[in-house]
Amino acid sequence: MDVLYRKVGEKMVLKQEKNPAFVKFKGIEKRFGKILAVKKMDLEIPEGSLVTLLGPSGCGKTTLLRMLAGLEEPTSGDIYINGKRVNDTPIHKRNLGIIFQNYALFPHKTIFENVAFGLKYRNVPKSAIKDKVEKALETVRLPGVGNRMPSQLSGGQQQRIALARAIVIEPDVLLMDEPLSALDENLREDMRREIDNLQQELGVTTIFVTHDQREALSMSDKVVVMKDGFVQQEGEPEEVYNNSANHFVADFLGHSNFLNCTVAEKSDQFLRVTLEDDTALFAVPSGEFKSNDKAEIVIRAQKFKLGYQADYVEEQDMNAFFGKIVDRSYMGGEVSYFVELKSKQVLHAINFVKRTPYRRGDEVFMKVAYANCRLLKIDEKR
Amino acid sequence: MIKLFTLLVYVWMFTPIIAVVLLAFNPQQFGSFPMEGVSFKWFVKLSHNSTILDAFKNSMVLGSITAVLSTAIGVPAAMAFIRYDFRGKEFLNTLLIAPIMVPEVVLGVALLLFIRWLQQPKSFALLLIGHVVLTLPYVLLIVQARLVGIKREYEEAALSLGANPFQTFVEITLPLLAPAIFAGMLFAFTISFDDVTATLFWATAKSQTVPVKIFGMLRNSISPEINALGAVMIVLTVSMPLLAGYLSRKFAGKKTGKD
Repeated sequence: MDVLYRKVGEKMVLKQEKNPAFVKFKGIEKRFGKILAVKKMDLEIPEGSLVTLLGPSGCGKTTLLRMLAGLEEPTSGDIYINGKRVNDTPIHKRNLGIIFQNYALFPHKTIFENVAFGLKYRNVPKSAIKDKVEKALETVRLPGVGNRMPSQLSGGQQQRIALARAIVIEPDVLLMDEPLSALDENLREDMRREIDNLQQELGVTTIFVTHDQREALSMSDKVVVMKDGFVQQEGEPEEVYNNSANHFVADFLGHSNFLNCTVAEKSDQFLRVTLEDDTALFAVPSGEFKSNDKAEIVIRAQKFKLGYQADYVEEQDMNAFFGKIVDRSYMGGEVSYFVELKSKQVLHAINFVKRTPYRRGDEVFMKVAYANCRLLKIDEKR
Repeated sequence: MIKLFTLLVYVWMFTPIIAVVLLAFNPQQFGSFPMEGVSFKWFVKLSHNSTILDAFKNSMVLGSITAVLSTAIGVPAAMAFIRYDFRGKEFLNTLLIAPIMVPEVVLGVALLLFIRWLQQPKSFALLLIGHVVLTLPYVLLIVQARLVGIKREYEEAALSLGANPFQTFVEITLPLLAPAIFAGMLFAFTISFDDVTATLFWATAKSQTVPVKIFGMLRNSISPEINALGAVMIVLTVSMPLLAGYLSRKFAGKKTGKD
């Protein structure tokens, strides 16, 4: 059994529990001229976890990362790493590994010199540097490229070298700023898994910035969805995806349909609501609702079951919509259908490809379980 | 049609230069075509002319020191303008670039008046300061252009790996900037070496440069020595950038391991 000790003050303390707030932002704010990029944000990142900051461009995720890195100075608020306030620590003393979108390998240095760069400033003896660099290159599965120049490697290989360069210094926190966005689709998938595995193997606290929801959902322990400098929701990927806290999160993650409605009354664990055209539906409430509250129903495109209207039979605990297919797009394994209802609203449904897919103009029904219809409060800020 | 026109432009541009070089080898006192034989007589005579040799030495020394000083000032200035934000940045930048726009005559007189106002005699130092002012904009522009092209991420990566700002500059920025610094130096040297207008105002009897000397000689007589001197100048100013280009390419080739 390996037991880790950590020095706290004078005592040696058995390090059993991982620090739940290894990285901590407290009331952090960043202003660029008149623009408020990050607004009074609080965020805690547990030790050893992989946390993604997810959001559209301009949401403040990169700014947050750069403040932690020491590349931007917060306008107000505090940043802590392992309990220590680092606001006034310059970047080169923070012991962080940063991975940039464009790799940022030093073009005039060999791969070996690139990876060894950080060790030079850490009083590591020459012989140890060689061992560490070789080990790091093996970790990223690129042994024996030490003598090459960065320009002689492919994009994916360069990104792995950047990874090796960042982990060889054993950073307290690994920061990744959209590291996969410069790679092409297939490679991105591989690199994503590789980063995920590597992170678990090393157990290094990692913060990953991305605008790609698939990256965020597939590799994170925790997803932090951001917009306009605010945290919209944070939680495990499943939680954020299935129980989106608001319209923005539901809309940003996956494909969602939104239907405006008015709350009618409670019925068992569901709420009965009416749409604008007086259709009655049942939905799962998120939070407290009163009768006559305005609300909206969120339905994931994948949750609909389609069928020809002629074959429709009513089912227990299922809402049903009727309409005409107005558009469809084939996406390989699945098909996207756009169905126009009588109210002229168009719903988006994604179904697996069947032998005879529906065609434009087909009259169809769409069934969806009550449990998959979530009722959200109308977001005033929107 | 366009080809013919282009050809004519080239002929127009280069004929006088070729004429100068050819006449330098003409043994006759007064040049005329066709030439009667080939001779190095004027080059030999040139090499015995001590005032010209002095001027040549002056030019070399002045050019070299100007190049070094301009780069030494230009590189940190370019760093400040591109990498940092401070009040009055735009203004200061325009001010340093301005000597390109101001006519050299004005610049020449202005510096002279300034030195008079300070009650200092004309000297080599004045000439040097003048040439640094003249060449600094070129160094600044070349280095700035390159610096914009060097992504900040390289520097940020170095900082994050534990190098302090100075180490980052020496290890990362400077090597990436080297070709531009070198080019800037060369530019500064060539401009200083070639300059006539402003130098006419600043040069003392002792610190005459080659172009000024030629200008002075032309006023007395048209000696074929001038042709020879012109030929030497042409060879120097053309071969230097070419040589530099060749060396830097060879150097760069070695670095990346490609030929």
